Amino acid sequence: MSSDTVAELGARLRRGETTPEELARAARSDLESLARLNPVLRYTDELAARQAGRAARLLAEAPETAGPLCGIPFAYKDVLCVEGVETSAGSRILQGFIPPYTGTALGRLLDAGAVPVAVTNCDEFAMGSSNENSAYGAVGNPWDGSRVPGGSSGGSAAVVAAGAVPFSLGTDTGGSIRQPASFCGVAGFKPTYGRVSRYGLIAFASSLDQIGPFARSVDDIARVYSAIAGHDPHDSTSSPEAVEPVDEQLGRGVEGLRLGVPHEYMAEGLEPGVRVAVETALAELEKLGASIEEVSLPSTEAALSTYYIIAPAECSANLARMDGVRFGLHVDRPSVTDTYLETRGRGFGPEVKRRIMLGTYALSSGYYDAYYRQAQKVRTLIADEFDRAFEKVDALVCPTSPIVAFPKGDRSDPLSMYLCDVLTLPVNLAGLPGISVPCGVSGGLPVGLQVIGPRMQDARVLRVAQAYERETIWHTRTAPAADVPGAAQ
Amino acid sequence: MTTASAVATLEQVLQRYEPVIGLEVHGQLLTRSKMFCGCSADYIGAPPNSNTCPVCLGLPGALPVINRVAVEYTVRTALALNCEIPEHSKFDRKNYFYPDLPKGYQISQWDMPLSLNGHLTVSVDGQEVRCGITRVHLEEDAGTLQHSGDILQQARSSLVDLNRAGVPLMEIVGEPDLRSSEQAREYLVRLRQILVYIGVNDGNLEQGSFRCDANVSLRRRGETGLGVKVEVKNMNSFRAVQRALDFEIIRQGRLLDQGVTIDQETRGWVEAKGATISQRGKEHAHDYRYFPEPDLPPMHLGADFVERVRAGIPELPQQLVERLQREHGLSAYDAAIVSAERDDARAFEELVGMGVPAKAAANWLMGEVARLSRESRTPLRSSGLGLAGLAALIKLVEGGRINGSTAKELLDELYLPGGDPAALVSERGLAQVSDQAELERLVDAVIAENPAAVADFRGGKEQALQRLVGGVMKATRGRADARAVTDLLRERLAP
Repeated sequence: MSSDTVAELGARLRRGETTPEELARAARSDLESLARLNPVLRYTDELAARQAGRAARLLAEAPETAGPLCGIPFAYKDVLCVEGVETSAGSRILQGFIPPYTGTALGRLLDAGAVPVAVTNCDEFAMGSSNENSAYGAVGNPWDGSRVPGGSSGGSAAVVAAGAVPFSLGTDTGGSIRQPASFCGVAGFKPTYGRVSRYGLIAFASSLDQIGPFARSVDDIARVYSAIAGHDPHDSTSSPEAVEPVDEQLGRGVEGLRLGVPHEYMAEGLEPGVRVAVETALAELEKLGASIEEVSLPSTEAALSTYYIIAPAECSANLARMDGVRFGLHVDRPSVTDTYLETRGRGFGPEVKRRIMLGTYALSSGYYDAYYRQAQKVRTLIADEFDRAFEKVDALVCPTSPIVAFPKGDRSDPLSMYLCDVLTLPVNLAGLPGISVPCGVSGGLPVGLQVIGPRMQDARVLRVAQAYERETIWHTRTAPAADVPGAAQ
Repeated sequence: MTTASAVATLEQVLQRYEPVIGLEVHGQLLTRSKMFCGCSADYIGAPPNSNTCPVCLGLPGALPVINRVAVEYTVRTALALNCEIPEHSKFDRKNYFYPDLPKGYQISQWDMPLSLNGHLTVSVDGQEVRCGITRVHLEEDAGTLQHSGDILQQARSSLVDLNRAGVPLMEIVGEPDLRSSEQAREYLVRLRQILVYIGVNDGNLEQGSFRCDANVSLRRRGETGLGVKVEVKNMNSFRAVQRALDFEIIRQGRLLDQGVTIDQETRGWVEAKGATISQRGKEHAHDYRYFPEPDLPPMHLGADFVERVRAGIPELPQQLVERLQREHGLSAYDAAIVSAERDDARAFEELVGMGVPAKAAANWLMGEVARLSRESRTPLRSSGLGLAGLAALIKLVEGGRINGSTAKELLDELYLPGGDPAALVSERGLAQVSDQAELERLVDAVIAENPAAVADFRGGKEQALQRLVGGVMKATRGRADARAVTDLLRERLAP
């Protein structure tokens, strides 16, 4: 099915040229051929068969009511709970955990008739920017198997980039959708915080996490987004505001829109190839009728340290439930304290432990004011700066990542890894919608353009990204996939 | 005996030291569902772990949703305790590991509770004590553990039941304004009464739906600073609270007498030993690392909401006591006893509504009915006799148709199965012998048959009269009015 989009597959299904079962089988076989890249943790054969059958009936009996995702195969990140399917968050500690319930976003895709075929690899508990922190092995980039696909949703980005499935779901806490989308040359969208329910998403940092799609076109991103967005009574942080219909914005182009470029995001540290690609993209947008102006987000520098206090603080509490008492790994010891220590000591990987320690420290008595409270203040400041920028411009455009995909093992120092997300995590701190779309190559590797919008203006972000995508060819390229160089381990 | 002694009595300790006591009360709220999920809040009796869902099991990915009724009940309580309700409030995470705490944190409230600065005034030995209420806040209950040993650390195995996990729990933190175990007990009795009255808690100490921890310290009489405080837990009755506090006051007093510094620690009351034992020292105090619960948006309580809740607060015990005295002429003592339990007060008012004189209604309810309801574990309302039956019975007494002892016998007989007292009186001929001529005939007969007793009475032996009264009562099979018989006998035997 290589490189087919949701739209194309949907049309073939409706013309009777293929069936949901056939598409699911093809997706599975394409995914298997990627085994050397390790993007898939497990296949959901039983669920796929059931859903494909359902979709087939729906398409046969009431094709007019079947939505655009009906019968379309997809993959999802190993942090989303689906009843009866193992969900391990890329961690040893949740190995064998089979949720007895289905999360809201996944449930909505199932209701729409989409067919889940595989669970994708990711950094443990979504903590990482390279997918090297997975307890189940690193993932290779489909463009160069010796390089990382980005993270933490590396597997979900890789399977779309390789053309095995037309879309996938990931999660984004500090850039975990947009950065791997950029590294793998696909579109990846983080909706406004609160736009997609987090119910059923194994939490990393509750105030930052958001579920979103990967796809090969902005149109497909819009289709998946429309299916999963909207208020959910099970998630009190999901917005009760009605979802703005994306169709009304898509196709309207960027003529007359004012686009801001935060000069802090174009500062030194940007790889030359990335700078060239992004500047070319800005020129393209200007050609399409947008006005490009420089804006300033002075607190950008503080975003990284702010993020690395708030996110670990929340994760230190969120991961406390992995205690070996009710589910997942249980290392039996005579005392409950030793059972906790051994279970968590063996179950968590080094990066997860590092962040739990950071967060525990930041929340500790005597340090709370200096760290957590201070970070919350800076977070407000960062959000206010975005708000002020959006008084002047309709959306922001900038690089998604200062660099392209790097070789595995290249960034063993945690700080250098954290710096990967310096252009994406402010967006999570402010709760804004952001997308990454392919905008060129640097040294043969994809570069991503990030579009950021005001809160709840998800449709506008998609509109800008789509306007750019329509006039360029970067999104049409498919990674060499199976016979990618360097994939062999 | 020296004044400083290792064996000082409570009285001796109290002569030298003033206890400073503050109570923390946890009350489960009578909501239908749990605090953050749809599971039933009524968990008693359910098979282990059956009353659970992904949210209260703390499964990965599950999220809490605030139970609005629980917020309303907490605000209702806070208002009944004269608290202020800040406009903004929020939930926080209180982090600690324990197997009965499924998420590894308890959703509670830290620096922005639902209410602040209230007070409760209680009266002990005629002295009014105003106890400040620091705050009333809302949180979730934990599950329950069954250990094969006494405590978790020594248990060979432990079973976890999460049926209770997530039940709405309100914490009422009192200021250290209480100065004796009696005051502490009275504070708890009044607090429990209020919670039950306003319908937010069932007040069951044994089952732990109403629980109390106490902070106790001593200081030399005349001093104003605070001593080192000890937290006491595991008290499952009012009596246990008072005993534990007295024990702790003596223990601390003796240590202070010997010049020993009190350890700041947590101690547990062991009923069987009649003593508190150390559970956790200060060095093991938790750092709970509170921070705002990111899964729940902050709460905004508008003035409209607060006023609506205020308007819905039913009559409080103190108001009822005053009204019963005013409207029904009860004494302060009777009014207080009748209103101790809200349901008794309701029954009282219904009886009066059915035409029963207030004093009689109060006496019967607080006496025989209270005894029967306790012995049979069946409240009047669910007994066969019911309120209407009791009213009919009391009216028979008040109308002079039967005497008191007949009425008590009938009450005993009819309480559980029920029945029409009037019909039974007619059927069995239990009506009081009230015909004066008949009574005189019987009295004369008894006098004639008991010359010895008559002689004794006339000789100055008062008790001899009782033998004669007994004779008349026996002759009427208890149906005579004993008072009338006594009067008649005195008249007949008068010199």
